[in-house]
Amino acid sequence: MFEIRNLKYQEVLEIPELSIKPGVTVIAGASGSGKTTLLRLLNKSISPTEGSITYNGTELKEIPSVKLRREVLLLSQQPAIFNGDLRHNLEIGFKFQNKALPSEKAMLEMLQQVHLNKTLETEVRLLSGGEKQRLVIARVFLLAPAVFLLDEPSSALDDVTEESVIRLVVEKARRDGQSIIMVTHSKAVAAQFADEIIELEDGKIKDRGARS
Amino acid sequence: MSGVMELSIWQVALSYVFVLVVLGILIKRGIRRERELLLASLRMTVQLILTGYALTFIFGTPSPWLTLLIISFMVAYAIRTVFQKFKGRLSTSLKKTVAGAMAAGTFSCIFYFILVVIQIDPWYQPQYFIPLAGMMIGNSMTGISLGVKSLLDGMTTQRQLVEEALNLGATPKMATHDIINSTFDAAIMPTINAMLGMGVISLPGMMTGQILSGTAPTTAVMYQIAIMLGILGAVSLTVILLLQFGYKSFFNDQDQLV
Ligand SMILES: Nc1ncnc2c1ncn2[C@@H]1O[C@H](COP(=O)(O)OP(=O)(O)O)[C@@H](O)[C@H]1O
Ligand SMILES: [Mg+2]
Repeated sequence: MFEIRNLKYQEVLEIPELSIKPGVTVIAGASGSGKTTLLRLLNKSISPTEGSITYNGTELKEIPSVKLRREVLLLSQQPAIFNGDLRHNLEIGFKFQNKALPSEKAMLEMLQQVHLNKTLETEVRLLSGGEKQRLVIARVFLLAPAVFLLDEPSSALDDVTEESVIRLVVEKARRDGQSIIMVTHSKAVAAQFADEIIELEDGKIKDRGARS
Repeated sequence: MSGVMELSIWQVALSYVFVLVVLGILIKRGIRRERELLLASLRMTVQLILTGYALTFIFGTPSPWLTLLIISFMVAYAIRTVFQKFKGRLSTSLKKTVAGAMAAGTFSCIFYFILVVIQIDPWYQPQYFIPLAGMMIGNSMTGISLGVKSLLDGMTTQRQLVEEALNLGATPKMATHDIINSTFDAAIMPTINAMLGMGVISLPGMMTGQILSGTAPTTAVMYQIAIMLGILGAVSLTVILLLQFGYKSFFNDQDQLV
């Protein structure tokens, strides 16, 4: 899916060779090790200083950024929430992508799946941190891209909710043939769901391997 | 009707009492703006006196080239003022956009106004052209300053939302849509407010001046209505040109935020 060659991003990241296959990939590593930077390179939020990244055989340079970002959707570490209600936040990605808006039923089902039992008219400023995090997960999952880049999507969730939300997300993606590249600190999540784990340290790959 | 009553230099000197009053307040309250106040008073005085002499000369020797030269100078000066106000905060490409928007917006509105609306003959008659152009340029400059400020502030405070929009597949134009709208709003609001209060809480300068110099109030009012709409047009056109192109300066050719 992604092939990385001789990649350098400033003094932050240096990856001579890395191949990320379809499926569920977990990126682990201490804070500051370059995980967020790697995800941002993959959706062209930033571009490498040196080296190349290809997506399904095409250089990222050659793919228009907006087109790529619609296919490879990044849920950032601190996702912003748009003022207004849940509906607005769930629909806005569809508007940005000029897609037909999701049905009421689809939106409510999605909310239910992430255990967010609120009406679509609920104002987002009334949500707790954990509820906001589930809202943004719902927001990207409704959009159904080919690849999800999830940057610590469950950091504000308690262990039980985390488990069930990530399980849902992974199962749904597997069912629909979508890939996930996810940064997480949870060893439990990695051990349970990852096809492959890539560990970063100081901007370099320390270790990689299949789920033990 | 006889012309305007002359004002002697001593009478003008008496009006500086107002500056002294403000100066007193500033000193007493410890508000450190004395320098700016004095500088502003001095600059206003010197600039206006020089302008008076210049206009006397210009009105005496009307020429299309001179008129064009003067409004070009006025537009250039306005652009420079905006640049200085945002020293260090404008990228080269945003500067180019400001200059282009200011020039295109004001020139087109000025010429429409002079040639089509007022129909001055010959078109370059300086006593019409210069004050009318001046008002449109001055107001456009205020509008574009407000626009640039609101655009820079918006792109800073709402950077996360812009980034989020890009992540969700928005084009840069979509991602900045709200910022652009609120910027346009902020930039034309003073003009709209001025129109709302016009004639009731404010008697505009041009109209007052015409009345003082003996023009019938009804004629002065006609001119005022026309120029106010001309100003609205010039401000809006300048700002929308700024925004149409200006948002791009925050992105690179890979649609990445810079
Ligand atoms: N644009 C940038 N320029 C320079 N350094 C950066 C930039 N972005 C992040 N960094 C630095 O790169 C390192 C890795 O950051 P990041 O990828 O966010 O780490 P992680 O997500 O693993 O915590 C940090 O030291 C961070 O300060
Ligand atoms: Mg991070």
